[in-house]
Amino acid sequence: MEAAEATAVEVVDLAETPLRELNQRLHDLAGDAGGPRHWRVLNPNGAHAVACGLDAEIEVEIDGHVGYYCAGMNKLATVRVHGNASTGLAENMMSGTVVIEGNASQSAGATGHGGLLVVHGDAAARCGISMKGIDIVVRGSVGHLSGFMAQTGRLVVCGDAGEALGDSIYEARVYVRGSVAGLGADCVEKEMRDEHRTELAELLARAGIDDADPGEFRRYGSARQLYTFKVDNASAY
Amino acid sequence: MCGIVGLFAKSPDIEESLGTRLGAMLEQMNDRGPDSAGVAVYRDPAPSGSSKLTLFSADALQDWDALAAELGQAFGGSPAPEVRASHAVLVVEADAPEAEAWVRSVHPELRVMSAGRTIEIYKEVGLPAAFVRAFALGDFQGTHALGHTRMATESRVTTEGSHPFSTGHDLCLVHNGSLSNHNRLRENLRREGIEFQTENDTEVAAGYLAWRLREGASLEEALEGCLTDLDGFYTFLVGTEDGFAVLRDPIACKPAVLAETDDWVAMASEWRAIAQLPGAAEARSWEPVPGVVYAWERAKV
Repeated sequence: MEAAEATAVEVVDLAETPLRELNQRLHDLAGDAGGPRHWRVLNPNGAHAVACGLDAEIEVEIDGHVGYYCAGMNKLATVRVHGNASTGLAENMMSGTVVIEGNASQSAGATGHGGLLVVHGDAAARCGISMKGIDIVVRGSVGHLSGFMAQTGRLVVCGDAGEALGDSIYEARVYVRGSVAGLGADCVEKEMRDEHRTELAELLARAGIDDADPGEFRRYGSARQLYTFKVDNASAY
Repeated sequence: MCGIVGLFAKSPDIEESLGTRLGAMLEQMNDRGPDSAGVAVYRDPAPSGSSKLTLFSADALQDWDALAAELGQAFGGSPAPEVRASHAVLVVEADAPEAEAWVRSVHPELRVMSAGRTIEIYKEVGLPAAFVRAFALGDFQGTHALGHTRMATESRVTTEGSHPFSTGHDLCLVHNGSLSNHNRLRENLRREGIEFQTENDTEVAAGYLAWRLREGASLEEALEGCLTDLDGFYTFLVGTEDGFAVLRDPIACKPAVLAETDDWVAMASEWRAIAQLPGAAEARSWEPVPGVVYAWERAKV
């Protein structure tokens, strides 16, 4: 890669450039294809699927609020939004990093398989629904039904959690610093051991949050009573 | 899926450009609701002792001047119809219940879209972008306005089944979602004397609000009653003479975003509608918490 290519910033203004053209240019970088490594996107104005389906070690900065499914299916790339994100942020993300400086709407990080999602504001309902290995760090609070059916990965909430946290959770680990309005079916508080404080400290450091003490968090996870249907548990579903 | 937009002016600039702004927001919600579109605009209060009717005629050759003459004979004065596509607004020298009752009994072929002092409701089938042009939304100045784009799930695509729905004088409702207990509730409300014109679920929610308000509930109490009495998914935007209110059901599958600057308050299903407004990038914006009523009112003078 040429030195100039490594440092230059490719600027795309969505007020002038069609969204499909932007996403196609980003998709064309997949694999070992050459091209700009640093991108700046202007005037997203709530458009859907901005920087969706990336598959390259690139950095994309977005100035403004984005619509649905921003950075969905992300692989390898780092996407940073200087604004808020709507429904389905980083949905089914595979790897890489997605950072939202504002708030995220519902279902942030849904079904994510890997990588790190950081929300510096609040995330709304169903954050991390059916997560499958992604790590999610929310500096603010999360809404109801967060971590619903979460399978693996870690969900860290520096603020409060809404109703039915971790409903029908599998083996994901949930850390909450503030209050929890209510736990969902089969979700229980668990002992916070040294290994958990260590992993939490590492997650907070990766998210760039240095003012949250891992010792202030509580851990939640599965009571493992609903893995297979038992008629005695019917009322818990 | 449907799209909702609302705009409340806090400055003279926004009041003057209200229709243009709302039209731009509505067009952004085109693909959330390509079946039909509608708006409620609050503007030009009728003089004291008079009221304002918005009427719809399915007859393209409707003689609005003849109707205005009839209204003049019945109530005095010489009302001049302001015609927009299939709708006309008439200022009648009678209070709203009396004027509305007269139209319903003498001209049952017409639909009273709205009645009150300041409200005007326009709605029609077809693409929202076409609606914005056909009804010349850009003409409107006013204090606040609501809009809706419909993707029908519950009932037929007709003018009557479009939103907003009148919920009483100077009141209206737009809805994104679907209600599952509307048939039972409609029957209960009919026994309370609430009339329905369609099989539409949102009309039942509008009827429910009208009934609660008639029984003395405040708007906030009536909306909070929805949380227990309505079963289904909804984001509601309710227009009143003085402002508007927003409510999402507790499960909150339907989206909503609110934003405020020194010049306006806006509500929409998605940010891209609000992004059309001046100063949107710097606006304070947030997602309304499910099950919580948010309301804005201008100070009464």
